[in-house]
Amino acid sequence: METFIQQVINGLVLGSMYSLIALGYTMVYGILNLINFAHGDVMTFGALTSLTTAVLLQAMFPGVPGWFILLGGLLAAIPVCVTLSLVIERVAYRPLRNAPRLAPLITAIGVSIVLQTIAMLVWGRNFLTYPQLVSNNPIHVFGATVTQTKIAVISLSAIVMIGLMLLVNRTRLGRAMRATSENPRVASLMGVNPNFVIAATFAIGAALAALAGVMFATTYGVAHFYMGFLPGLKAFTAAVLGGIGNVPGAMIGGLLLGLIESLGAGYVGELTGGVFGSNYQDVFAFLILVAVLIFRPQGLLGERVADRS
Amino acid sequence: MNQQLLRFAPVAIAAALALTACNRQETPATKTAEAPAKAAAAPAAEVLKIGHVAPLTGGIAHLGKDNENGARLAVEEINAAGGLKVGDKTYKLDLVAEDDKADPKEGTLAAQKIVDSGAVAVVGHLNSGTTIPASKIYADANMAQISPSATNPKYTEQGFKTAFRVCANDNQQGAVLANYAADSLKAKTIAILDDRTAYGQGLADVVERVAKEKGMKVVAREFTNDKATDFNAILTKVRATKPDVVMYGGMDATAGPMAKQMTQLGIKSTFLAGDGVCSPEFIKLAGDASGSLHCSQAGEAVEKLAKGTEFVEKYKKRFNSEVQVYSPYSYDAVYVIADAIKRAGKVDRASITAAIPATKYDGLTGTVAFDDKGDVKGGAISMFKVVNGKLEYVSTVR
Repeated sequence: METFIQQVINGLVLGSMYSLIALGYTMVYGILNLINFAHGDVMTFGALTSLTTAVLLQAMFPGVPGWFILLGGLLAAIPVCVTLSLVIERVAYRPLRNAPRLAPLITAIGVSIVLQTIAMLVWGRNFLTYPQLVSNNPIHVFGATVTQTKIAVISLSAIVMIGLMLLVNRTRLGRAMRATSENPRVASLMGVNPNFVIAATFAIGAALAALAGVMFATTYGVAHFYMGFLPGLKAFTAAVLGGIGNVPGAMIGGLLLGLIESLGAGYVGELTGGVFGSNYQDVFAFLILVAVLIFRPQGLLGERVADRS
Repeated sequence: MNQQLLRFAPVAIAAALALTACNRQETPATKTAEAPAKAAAAPAAEVLKIGHVAPLTGGIAHLGKDNENGARLAVEEINAAGGLKVGDKTYKLDLVAEDDKADPKEGTLAAQKIVDSGAVAVVGHLNSGTTIPASKIYADANMAQISPSATNPKYTEQGFKTAFRVCANDNQQGAVLANYAADSLKAKTIAILDDRTAYGQGLADVVERVAKEKGMKVVAREFTNDKATDFNAILTKVRATKPDVVMYGGMDATAGPMAKQMTQLGIKSTFLAGDGVCSPEFIKLAGDASGSLHCSQAGEAVEKLAKGTEFVEKYKKRFNSEVQVYSPYSYDAVYVIADAIKRAGKVDRASITAAIPATKYDGLTGTVAFDDKGDVKGGAISMFKVVNGKLEYVSTVR
């Protein structure tokens, strides 16, 4: 039982981070029908920027508690990621907005490679150590073990996701976003500026990616130039699992994927009598992607984006 | 319409994977690699090329650079001393450095590049997983290959006359680790994890076998991969078995985060690992979770070598960085090649390969001589533990 609870917590931590990244995929897809493959690399930039900032802040203000330095890192990472994302949108995606759909998709992959290379040139090819800002000591709750970082990851993601739901459903900007995803041309006739809404969507997605990047780097203690690639793909899987284009779908998809991976690695050996071991951990995510695409292409929560034909 | 686009998704992912994989390869090989055209035009030029292959990109790039630095130091010393005199000619050495990204496929490509560059012998590769597939290519070219750090026994068991190593192998290392766990750590139960590479799996398998022979109970056998960062799921499983020792067959880039996650999960077992983890880099990555590590190196500890301190200082002065693990061995490997060239009196690949088995070279790491398989004679295994954020020497087993 203890092990089960622990695996659920492991899954929730991983899943929260997947959800945050998946939101960026799903929101952009909802509005532009574009799969922004560069999104995972935006997360890399968030993690690496916050790392550099944290190291600088630590050197400048040695006595300051770790939480503040971490917050400083996050506050530096968000504007960098938002600016980066806006530039990408302006340079790489906007000129192709009316092009055939494969063109922006391929461009997105190109942008991803460019970002990885830039990150490699700036931060080097080695794994970098993320400074230990928050205590690593285990806290025992109900027989399971957590750390301050893990509690922060789960609760902060929950708060941010609730905030995002409120933004999408209750505010003027949210209404404009929903209208644009419904039909951009009609929305613009109603006085919505689609360029602004699209830029805002990219900006929100990038801010969430920056947060996820900082969480990944603090939780695992390492950062490197291609760290966003695999989580990016997993998050994309989560978005498809929940129904791409659907905001609550991405949240649920992310959490579900985290849980499946964690419980899968933990129990598949026993369930299959040792035929498959924990080495199949990463396979689950992609097996699920294939299964969802075959049996329920619209995702678990279905598709709310109107069909644009 | 949306569903139509989703049909492209698997294709797009495959494309993204493939493209990103390509992207990681783009590593500017060292300047020396630009020279092949010139050398091909004038084969009698007084420059001898020696190849070096190690991962210079990715999680263990620091270890690759360390190996390369060791070899470079030796090459520079030989050149500064006036070069290599063979017969009536004097040759300058030139190090052709390639990157294999610790990937078996890349390893064979890098090996082919080294062969095509006209190098006379090669020092490398770093990982067993790249060294073994590459050894076939060097054997076909009849080119001597001396690995400073590949410890998997299979490397020299394939019957290639060109394959040599100057470090001990994992049959020795795994046995020492298992004996250490049983005798020094007094462990009764052990959990064994590996990263499914030729090195990690090979070492973990030997530890498992010897541990069972020693009467220890192997309570868990779990796997990860060499690019993973999240080990919480397998560590939670390991925690449930309450092992005295957790042994990991893998490299420092994964072991660092793993040690951290062990602390976070409240696992208090001793962390035991092989030479891939026994580096200052591990301590950097694991931070204050590094204290539980006991690890081995497949060679003598550098500070225990007669000329060890001198080497550490030279290295620091030249590269402004710390010796990681195997640079003393890549340094010696270059000298072994130079020694073979001198004894052969010729500079073609076949003569050098033929001269190496008779090596009896008194180098930095001791007297280097090879047995009939190509393994170094009397290879030592040193045990270390982490004390106050530094690797501290414990003992040597021969």
